[in-house]
Amino acid sequence: MKKVEAIIRPERLDLVKESLEESGFISMTITEVKGRGEQKGISLQFRGRTMEVDVLPKVKIEIVVRDDAVDAVIEAITSAARTGKIGDGKIFVIPVERAIRIRTGEEGDQVIVK
Amino acid sequence: MNLDSGDTAWILVATALVMLMTPGVGLFYGGMVRRKNAVSMISLSFIAFALVSIQWVLFGYTLSFGSDIAGFIGSMEYFGLEGVGMEANGTIPHLVFMIFQLTFAAVTLAILTSAIAERVRLSSFIIFGLLWTTMVYDPLAHWVWGGGWAASIGALDFAGGTVVHISSGFSALALALVIGKRAGFGEYSMEPHNIPMTLLGAALLWFGWFGFNGGSALAADGIAANALVVTNTAAAAGALSWLLAEWLRGKPSSLGMVSGAVAGLVAITPAAGFVDPLSSIVIGAVAGVICYKAMLFRVRKGLDESLDSWAVHGVGGVWGALATGIFASEAIGGYSGLIYGDVQQFIAQAIGAGAAVVYAFAVTFILAKVIDTTIGLRVTEEEEYIGLDVSQHGEKAYA
Repeated sequence: MKKVEAIIRPERLDLVKESLEESGFISMTITEVKGRGEQKGISLQFRGRTMEVDVLPKVKIEIVVRDDAVDAVIEAITSAARTGKIGDGKIFVIPVERAIRIRTGEEGDQVIVK
Repeated sequence: MNLDSGDTAWILVATALVMLMTPGVGLFYGGMVRRKNAVSMISLSFIAFALVSIQWVLFGYTLSFGSDIAGFIGSMEYFGLEGVGMEANGTIPHLVFMIFQLTFAAVTLAILTSAIAERVRLSSFIIFGLLWTTMVYDPLAHWVWGGGWAASIGALDFAGGTVVHISSGFSALALALVIGKRAGFGEYSMEPHNIPMTLLGAALLWFGWFGFNGGSALAADGIAANALVVTNTAAAAGALSWLLAEWLRGKPSSLGMVSGAVAGLVAITPAAGFVDPLSSIVIGAVAGVICYKAMLFRVRKGLDESLDSWAVHGVGGVWGALATGIFASEAIGGYSGLIYGDVQQFIAQAIGAGAAVVYAFAVTFILAKVIDTTIGLRVTEEEEYIGLDVSQHGEKAYA
């Protein structure tokens, strides 16, 4: 099992959700976050002075899938989240040790469906 | 005429009521934008109020209410409020009449910020706003109320259906066409960030409208009482009719319900001193439905007149002007409409409304084009992405 963690543009969330759904990935957790990349946010030129906006609002999507589904998830996210401009975000893939469904106590692959 | 202390007291209070409508517009619009533009949206209304307050005292009042020049504009006789003092104008001090009218001019500019929401450059708005209120509002106010041509053909506008609502609504349409869509409009959803804020704004509008229409009798009398009653009745009918119209297609939203209330308020504005309470139910209910349809039409056309001042104020204002010509009752304000067999009044209403539509749209379109090609109406792409709160004000609505 792997957790795919994607940091994306907030305005792309609906498109990414749709794209994941089309590929069969329904379950996910979404968090509003703030962050920055190597460019340290955006600096605006304002009548000669510079104004730094050093963290920008982003959305984090977390989705746990079987190992063989990771590439499909990554493809679904990147295809919908990419604008080609700086600030499109990043995806991290993290190993998951156990998954438990709280309602039934079940454990393992059946908990994460796919 | 002599000063009447009752009339004076009421118009002083009504002035304060109408003043509250401008921040009310700000909150109404502020809740509908995304969180990154909330400060900007509310501020635009305050800035509109401050800007027009100064312009009006210096030369706006005299352009609107100075002695008539060719039916089109007022003379400079009251420049800098020269000769506008404590003496009676009707039964209230001239100064009270002047400041009461000021609050109308200010709220009109605030209404049209709908068209430039989330993308206007603050400095350009200030320049545009000053020119717009001078070149569009002041002439229209003169035509209808200051002894201009619309008054002389007998077009009725009790409290500003034409001057305030048609002018701001159709100007917003022109302005939206010039400034263009918000980045991402139509690609992803731009949901209102705070609906309770919008509901609070609507509450202030409904409340302030008692001064707007009730005060327009310029007296504490029976006409003021009639205006107050029909205003509330039309607002209620508009709220319910929009609610029901939306319910037929899906869930009845609170946003739709208050938009319907505003539509009802807009439509009754020109008619408030001329129609009876039962007519105001029809006027308000029809306004709720046609403004809702106008909003759907606007969305279908992919037009980003962002917060629907065209659909609600423009379309509602035209309906209100025509409705005045349909439902005016001689027993209320001394004029008869279509239902009492007077076609002439209806024709005068249609001419007055039509001229205001054309003038507001055309002059605003040209003015906006000139500003857009010289200094630019819009912020840069990056500033728009970050949001106007940070890029224009260096502030955030929510930490």
